[in-house]
Order: sequence, then structure tokens, then C-alpha cells
Amino acid sequence: MAATPLLELSGINKGFGPVQVLHDVNLSVYPGEVTALVGDNGAGKSTLVKCISGIYQIDSGTVSFEGNQVSIHGPSDASSLGIEVVYQDLALCDNLDVVQNMFLGREKKRGIVLDEPTMEQMAGDALASLSVRTLKSLRQLVASLSGGQRQTVAIAKAVLWNSKIVILDEPTAALGVAQTAQVLELVRRLADQGLGVVLISHNMNDVFAVSDRIAALYLGRMAAQVKTTDVTHSQVVELITAGRSGNIGLPPEKPSDFNGDVVDITPGGDK
Amino acid sequence: MTTTTTTTAGGVKVVKPTVQSYIRDYWGRIRGGDLGTLPAILGLVVLSLIFGISTDTFFSGLNFANLFNQSAQVVFIAMGLVFVLLLGEIDLSAGFASGVCGAVVAILLTNHGWDWYTAIPAALITGIVIGLVLGFLVAKIGIPSFVVTLAAFLGFQGLLLVLLGGGTNISTTNNFFNSLNNDNLSVAWSWILTIVAIVGFAGVQLLNVRSRAKRGLVTDPIGIVAMRIGGLAALLIIATAILSQERAINPAINSLKGVPIVVPIMGIFLVLWTFVLGRTAYGRHVYAVGGNTEAARRAGIKVDRIRISVFVIGSFMAAIGGIMAVSRASSVDPNTGGSNILLYSVGAAVIGGTSLFGGKGKVINAVIGGAVIAVIDNGMGLLGFSSGTKYIVTGLILLVAASVDALARRRAAATGNR
Repeated sequence: MAATPLLELSGINKGFGPVQVLHDVNLSVYPGEVTALVGDNGAGKSTLVKCISGIYQIDSGTVSFEGNQVSIHGPSDASSLGIEVVYQDLALCDNLDVVQNMFLGREKKRGIVLDEPTMEQMAGDALASLSVRTLKSLRQLVASLSGGQRQTVAIAKAVLWNSKIVILDEPTAALGVAQTAQVLELVRRLADQGLGVVLISHNMNDVFAVSDRIAALYLGRMAAQVKTTDVTHSQVVELITAGRSGNIGLPPEKPSDFNGDVVDITPGGDK
Repeated sequence: MTTTTTTTAGGVKVVKPTVQSYIRDYWGRIRGGDLGTLPAILGLVVLSLIFGISTDTFFSGLNFANLFNQSAQVVFIAMGLVFVLLLGEIDLSAGFASGVCGAVVAILLTNHGWDWYTAIPAALITGIVIGLVLGFLVAKIGIPSFVVTLAAFLGFQGLLLVLLGGGTNISTTNNFFNSLNNDNLSVAWSWILTIVAIVGFAGVQLLNVRSRAKRGLVTDPIGIVAMRIGGLAALLIIATAILSQERAINPAINSLKGVPIVVPIMGIFLVLWTFVLGRTAYGRHVYAVGGNTEAARRAGIKVDRIRISVFVIGSFMAAIGGIMAVSRASSVDPNTGGSNILLYSVGAAVIGGTSLFGGKGKVINAVIGGAVIAVIDNGMGLLGFSSGTKYIVTGLILLVAASVDALARRRAAATGNR
């Protein structure tokens, strides 16, 4: 395990008007590891990702990248640091082919002319480095690809730019069994190449299949960040649904917080 | 686990395509709903044969040359509309925008005594300004392009009347200007340009194959490349040979031979815009915005600027169309660019294979679609049908083209448009 995290967030706060979405969130992403970011709907996963990728500005807290404190003011700051996000809807153009999509907005040019051979070669190399063998041709239109192949293209697009951190938002949500396996294999290979991977998922099987660490968000707070091998399936579910499980997770709510008339009915809250 | 495969391309084992497999793939794409210009070309051939058989004059050199002059305005406007349609937008004002620009050039030439080399640029700038305004209203204010250009359609119709002082007719007497869409190149120049075009096309095709082969990428089979070059060469040589014949009824008075001047102008813009759409980052971004605006925005493409730019190109090409119309008639009147011009232009782009749903289309579509419309108009005129019948038939053909587009899309969605 690497000593210093690639990306370290500490004490991140983010609110929208009166609604405080993130409370003092800490998160560490290590190179060569898959960090699963889990949490129920509304726990703040997407907001946290958008803070990292520069779409939202954080209200307070520090972001360190490779040990240096940085501030991310926009998506271009994030991508120049080497942080790439693969969104759930993939953001691919159906009417363009694989190579055109992978280089969209960052085309290689010779003079004013697009340098197609170079782009095709780089795209081919990127896909080959991920051992992708499911594409028939690089000049296929994205419209003709299956869900898993699209996900593959979107991920390959993210690693094309010597990125150091790839954040995947629910990459397997819409996929069948075989395609899920393919994509998870790909996620594992990204980490094995030394990238820091953040995997957002609701699917515990996926999380346990590929992740090295699990970070569980509960109502905008980081309930726990634990090694996958240290926890069980049900403990993670408890972290997601209740914010704590046994002696890990957020401290139990003090009855005084609720004017003394609330009974602790947390499942698994063993006391 | 690297390289058990020899060739590149994403670790996919690449089979070098043969002529047979290329044709099979092409057929597969057609069946999968990726029709491109094929229906329009078939339509063009069928219509030409029908008119050729049923009239004596359709295949005459004189009529062939006329087709180019008659269709010039529609083809130029349609070329610009392809860009607008690629974003899934529409420009209903293109017809009268061409009329306004035509009026500008005629007024400057005739009333103000400007020469063609200042009057034509002034008209082109007028077109660009019109495009900027339309694009700004659509992209920045957020009014649907249908409404913006519908308003502009009415507005420019009025502006044209005002410019022409309530409906007078302004003639142009500048020889160069009037020659643009009336006169012909000399036979020698016709052949020189034909050869330049063929050599240029062959050069681009062969260089492309060579630079890909050098890097070990998949290339089109050389047989197919040769067929493409040979096909274009045959087409251009036959056309030039026909146009180089004397076609005047009484050559002693006024000799008529050579390629119409408007043809190389069309050729230049066809090559220019095809290059822009196919080989530059700008063109790629136009397709991207038309295909998935949100994806384009996230890729860092300035979507608003692209949206404005296509309206600028649309109105710029409309200005050229207007110049050609005024040159052909040697005059401008309140109906220049009016009546069916706009609908013919949209029809040309769509019949040629540009999708009304955005994201799919090429500039060549405008030329082929324009040819189909010109052939219907011209052929039915020769057969003595009334304007009414011509409109009905053109409307039906547009409907067929739009149905082909819609059905092809359904088919493409069903088969995954391989």
C-alpha cells in the first residue's frame, strides 16, 4: 500500500443555500487502489464527486493532490491535475465513432487538419493497454456499441490523458451480468496500472469484487473509510443505512440531540 | 498480457478488408439504415432516365448546362443549411436572406456604381451579419430557431421590399457579375479544371491510404480506392466532354460551349465545406453538438459559439446563393429568394440525406439533393406540366426523402446501426 494518498480531502463542507450537503468529509484515494464510495441516495456521493471534479466549489476544507494542497476552481483544473470523471450517462456522441469520441474536445491536429492516424493509434494503444478486446473496429459508431462497450470507451477516454485518478459514477448500473464482469475487470486493471480509482456504486457485490477500500457516506458525513478486507457485507450495509456498525462509523447519536425522547432503533446497534 | 495480436487497433485482431468484404460491409451498413446519399443518387438516375426517354431535349448539352445555372441558388443555400440542420436547427429565413444580399449587391453595383470586387464582399458581409444576429438570438437568448428564423423570414421579405423602394426591379449591368451564373469557361479551362479536380481527388485519396498504411492502420482496399477515383474521373470527363460541345442553336451569333462558370464555384465551396466538416476540429465539434449537446459541453466545446457559427455559415452561403440568383437574372426583384427557393433548399439538403434530427449529413448531400430538385423542376417543365403539378411532385419526393430518413433512423435504432 502506498504511503501517501494521491488525493486527500479533509474537512470538506458544501452547502446549497440553507441545505448543508457535506459535513466535514474526509476522503483519501490511494494510487493502485480502488476506493469504493458508497452511500444511500442523497448521502452526498454525487456532490462530493462534483466538488472533486470542479463542477462545484467547496465551502471549506482542504484538497491535497500528491501531498500538495491544491484548489480546484473548475473542470479544467481537475483535468489538468489528472482527475477524470466518467459520468453515469457516459457523455458519448452516438453519431461519432470510437476514436472521435475518445478525443472529443481535445483533438490532435497537424496545422488545422485533424491528425486521424495519430488519434486512431493512440486510441488503439489506450484500449490495448486496458486489454479491451470486445470492439470490432475503432471506426465503429458509438450508436452500434453495447452498453458494456460504451462504458469501456468512456473509461478508455478517461485514461487516455495520463490521468492519475479516474472517478466512475455507477459504471455497472445499466449492465447485464457478463458486461458487468467485463467492466469490473477493467476497473481492476486501471488500479493495477497505478491509477487511483474511485468507484461509486450501489451494488455491494461489485464493491466487494473490486474495491480495496470502502468509504461510506451517511447523510453528508463520512461514516467510515475502511479496508474492504476488514468489513463484511452486512457491516457495509449498516454503515450506509445507519452511519455506523459496531465500533466503526459515526458516534452514536446522543439522546440529548433529540430532546431525550428518541429510542435508538438502529439495526445492529449492539449495546 | 500484451500483444499476441500483431496489428494495432485496440488489441482487436484486425482483418485487412478485401474488396469483397468492403462491399459486404457497405451493404450491411445500408441494410442497417445508414443510407447516406444512396437514395438520392438512385432517385437522380431514375428521374433522369424517365425525363431523358420522354423528352428529346432533357439530355441535350444545352439543357445539361442549364441545370447547373438553374439549381445554383438552391444548391448554395442548401450547402449552408446542411450546417444548420446538423445541429438539429432550421433556418427558414435563408431564402429571403439570399434575396436581401442579392438586393445589396445589385443596389451597390447599379445605384452606387460600386465595382463587383467591392459589391460582392459587401453582400457577403451582409450575410455574415444576418447569421450573427440569428445565431445570437438562438444560442444566447434561447429562442427556438424555428421562431427566430420565421420572424426573420417575414422581416427580410419586408426589408427586401423596402430596399427595392416598394417593389421596383433593379437591373445589373456589370459584365463580370452577370457572367458568374450565365457564362461558361473556355473549353481549355474546362479541361484544365477537370484534370486538376481528378488529380487532386486521387492525390488526397492515395495520400490518405499511404499515411495510414505507414502506421499499420487499417486502410480501405486499394481496389475500392481505385474504383472511387475511376468513378469520379469518368463522371467528370463525360460531363466536361458533353459541356465542351457546341450547344448554341446558332453558333455563328453566340457560341455556347464549356463548363458553366458556376460549376467550379460550386466545386470550390463543396471541397471547402467538406474539408471543414470532415477534417477540422471545428467540423468534428459541429457533429458532436448535433449528436449530443451535453456530451459536447462536457468535452469543453463552446456549444454557443458552434451554434452561432452554423447560422453564420448558413446565411453566408445564402448570400452567395443570392448573388448567383441576381447574376442569373441580371436583376433583382422583390421575389428574389422568395416563393419556393427556401423550401427547395431545405428539401435539397434532406433529399440528399441530411437528417432533420441533427448530427447526420454532409455537404455533398446539398449538391445531390439540389440536383434531384433541379431535374424534377426542369424535366417536368420540358414535359409541359404546370407549376402546380411540379410543386405537388416535388412535395411528394420531399415526403419520400423524409420518410426514408425517418425509417432509416428506426431501422438504425433497431439494428444498432452497425
